[in-house]
Amino acid sequence: MAYREFKDISPNASAGAKVTNWFENRFPTAFDAYRVHMSEYYAPKNFNFWYIFGSLALLVLVIQIVTGIFLVMHYKPDAAKAFESVEYIMRDVPWGWLIRYMHSTGASAFFVVVYLHMFRGLLYGSYRKPRELVWIFGCAIFLALMAEAFMGYLLPWGQMSYWGAQVIVNLFAAIPFVGPDLALLIRGDYVVGDATLNRFFSFHVIAVPLVLLGLVVAHLLALHDVGSNNPDGIEIKGPNAPKDEHGHPLDGIPFHPYYTVHDIFGVCVFLFIFSAVVFFAPEFGGYFLEYNNFIPADPLKTPAHIAPVWYFTPFYSMLRAITSEMMYALIACVVLAAGFGVVKGRLPNFIKVAIAVVAAGAVALMLSIDAKFWGVVVMGGAVIILFFLPWLDHSPVKSIRYRPGWHKYLYGIFVINFVVLAYLGVQPPSPIGERVSQVGTLFYFGFFLLMPWWSRLGEPKPVPDRVTFAAH
Amino acid sequence: MSETPIDSSKRTWLIASGCAGAVGGVATAVPFVSTFQPSEKAKAAGAAVEVDISGLKTGEKVTVEWRGKPVWIIKRSPEQLAALPGLDSQLADPKSERKPSELTPEYARNENRSIKPEILVAVGICTHLGCSPSDKFVPGAQPSLPDDWKGGFLCPCHGSTFDMAGRVFKNKPAPDNLEVPPHMYLSETRLLIGEDKKA
Amino acid sequence: MKKIILTLIASFGLALGAHAAEGGIAWDKAPVRTNDAASLQNGAKIFVNYCLSCHSAAFMRYNRLKDIGLTDQQIKDNLLFTTDKVGETMKATIDPRQAKDWFGANPPDLTVIARSRAGHNGTGADYLYTFLRTFYRDDTKATGWNNLAFPSVGMPHALWQLQGERRPVFEEHESHGHKTQVFKGWEQLTPGTMSPLQYDETVGDLVNYLQWMGEPAQNTRVRVGVWVLIFLGVFTVIAWRLNAAFWKDVR
Repeated sequence: MAYREFKDISPNASAGAKVTNWFENRFPTAFDAYRVHMSEYYAPKNFNFWYIFGSLALLVLVIQIVTGIFLVMHYKPDAAKAFESVEYIMRDVPWGWLIRYMHSTGASAFFVVVYLHMFRGLLYGSYRKPRELVWIFGCAIFLALMAEAFMGYLLPWGQMSYWGAQVIVNLFAAIPFVGPDLALLIRGDYVVGDATLNRFFSFHVIAVPLVLLGLVVAHLLALHDVGSNNPDGIEIKGPNAPKDEHGHPLDGIPFHPYYTVHDIFGVCVFLFIFSAVVFFAPEFGGYFLEYNNFIPADPLKTPAHIAPVWYFTPFYSMLRAITSEMMYALIACVVLAAGFGVVKGRLPNFIKVAIAVVAAGAVALMLSIDAKFWGVVVMGGAVIILFFLPWLDHSPVKSIRYRPGWHKYLYGIFVINFVVLAYLGVQPPSPIGERVSQVGTLFYFGFFLLMPWWSRLGEPKPVPDRVTFAAH
Repeated sequence: MSETPIDSSKRTWLIASGCAGAVGGVATAVPFVSTFQPSEKAKAAGAAVEVDISGLKTGEKVTVEWRGKPVWIIKRSPEQLAALPGLDSQLADPKSERKPSELTPEYARNENRSIKPEILVAVGICTHLGCSPSDKFVPGAQPSLPDDWKGGFLCPCHGSTFDMAGRVFKNKPAPDNLEVPPHMYLSETRLLIGEDKKA
Repeated sequence: MKKIILTLIASFGLALGAHAAEGGIAWDKAPVRTNDAASLQNGAKIFVNYCLSCHSAAFMRYNRLKDIGLTDQQIKDNLLFTTDKVGETMKATIDPRQAKDWFGANPPDLTVIARSRAGHNGTGADYLYTFLRTFYRDDTKATGWNNLAFPSVGMPHALWQLQGERRPVFEEHESHGHKTQVFKGWEQLTPGTMSPLQYDETVGDLVNYLQWMGEPAQNTRVRVGVWVLIFLGVFTVIAWRLNAAFWKDVR
């Protein structure tokens, strides 16, 4: 026989066992996968509340795909028909309103869950070696998610859809030399229009979801290859970690059935909150479904107050904070940083010369190119900087539990800062708002860029050998 | 730990979860599958059509559209009506007994296949493969028609023939008589096609 | 002696600041009760009779009014003016180009007006309730009308026959060194066919209808939602016990 060895099964076995055996002989990959990723994937037993958000993110992805499939059956991606087709779904399609609300709530829920999921990573050092690539795949997912949400938001073709897209695409026009042509290429027209709508539809429905699915698979496989982190930051599968007689980590438990059952409970709580929003407050005060978007897009009339959807507002605040005044503050930062590197750094001389030259070049560029462009750079940089987190964190301990106590306050301020930036992004611009968001932007970047230094300050607490676990 | 036999508390709650999950699953699936049903827009477009037949002359045919299909309203002459019973032996289903619920409503299960003897209301789509048959009301020999042709319809696509009551002739590709749609008379001159009960 | 008859309407807390909030006055709270079929039906009647000639509600089908307790026959007999099929949508009869000529802008579609006008000052219904009750005579405007909630609006007072013609009375106040106009009340110029209270109730019904029309599924949504949350509550308890049954083994 030219095929691999089959596993035999006794003729007295049950019908079910025989069918299973038939499949296992012909598709062992599926069965191995179940063992590797579920029934014999040992995860730390001390997962807490922060560890539900990964599973929830996967659930929300499924919800968005399924509701999306059903919406596309009725939605019309044509500038003349899009708005009407959404109202058609809300009124004429049986239960269409429910599918629509699940999709709109799901979009916001996705970001709530993903932000909390990323924060867990921050708290417990989940991005540290050997999980840097898991983190990088995750940041790529975050970028893809933002693109997906942005393009999906154009589809209802309301006033916010239209003008939000117009503003963001014009940001690309701020790039020197290639900007205006790039914006034209993205739009497919001189202003956001039917051409833009159709291509965003294609990206939103097929292209980016496929990319997202691929990245999520990579993210999970890379995680399973190195094993999950835990709130204590201890490696349960390390060379010194205690194992039982079968070689399984003493501090671990098989994902299935323990975490499948645990996640079912977490999913129920999430679905309760999700349903409460879908059925009782789908607009969520205008944050999940914006009021202005109930007005059909009008290329000739901009609404009095445009703001991006709430999940983009922290970054939007940073964009708005970069005024020509702020440029001086940024230039000062560049000069200070370069000065520090040259004077205090223990680096070879030619590197110091390079630093000085690069800094001088940067300052020249910052003085000659518009603040508008640097606003885009800062906004993009705020997301890109996350990719570098594994190399910025130099703390001897992974988890916040064993860091010096004041680190907790620093993380707390980071969260408050992020929320304040989000709030300011929703408000119309004001002089006080501008100052606060400028300080907030500096804090955000300072938190990351200075991390190699501050993460080493203070006395960490002793890290235990075994995870902290109390029997339920 | 995967070798531990399931104890009773686990089994209880597994069964409870299974049942509740099944109920939840079905309850979730229902709205999604329901979105497949015709929407209000489709139902409105498929609404009944009112026709004024006061001007319909003997021998004349009027066509209206209902649910995207052509519906013929023909005022037949007394001669045409008289010829109908004599054709029974040449027809595949002279008494409209095949698929009565699909093709011939109860009030049209008569020799003339109509409510008012002279007014035929029929869907103008051949029951073979969907072409619309042509009018052949003039009796007598003609190409593709027998010498003793009494009047009716000839489908140009594959040659099926129907009489003036829309009944199909034997040995033709079409298996069934023309469909009589649900219809009712709102008055002597107002015909409603698409409904046959009071709204 | 001033021959002004001040008809002060004891509005539901019509508190007006000296400065216009986003271009208009602060909004009153609309008495919205989307489960009140009688109110909704009255509102539908006002809408079809007074608004539909200029404003379409192109996403709203006449036969959806069955949800508020009307039969197809009642709809046909009382509310169907521009078409003869109850399955059709509510389209206005006005020619958009003429409308633009007369009013300066095409009268907007009103299907989701109650959802689009919400803001910091209140819900969309609050805005509409205030808007429809604060029209006043203003001979400096092309239509002869102006509005306190939407200054320089292009729309004339469609319900003027019911409310009559009025003018707002302002008083000058000084605060922080500048003079400001503070709204004091209304001066009734000619009476309407309804008393102020009747008019307010009628507008309340109309706004109630507009609120409902913005999302006809809203009452079903809430009803189904209650059952969904009850089911999920029960399921969460089951899932909690299931989880406990497994985790008791973990030391």
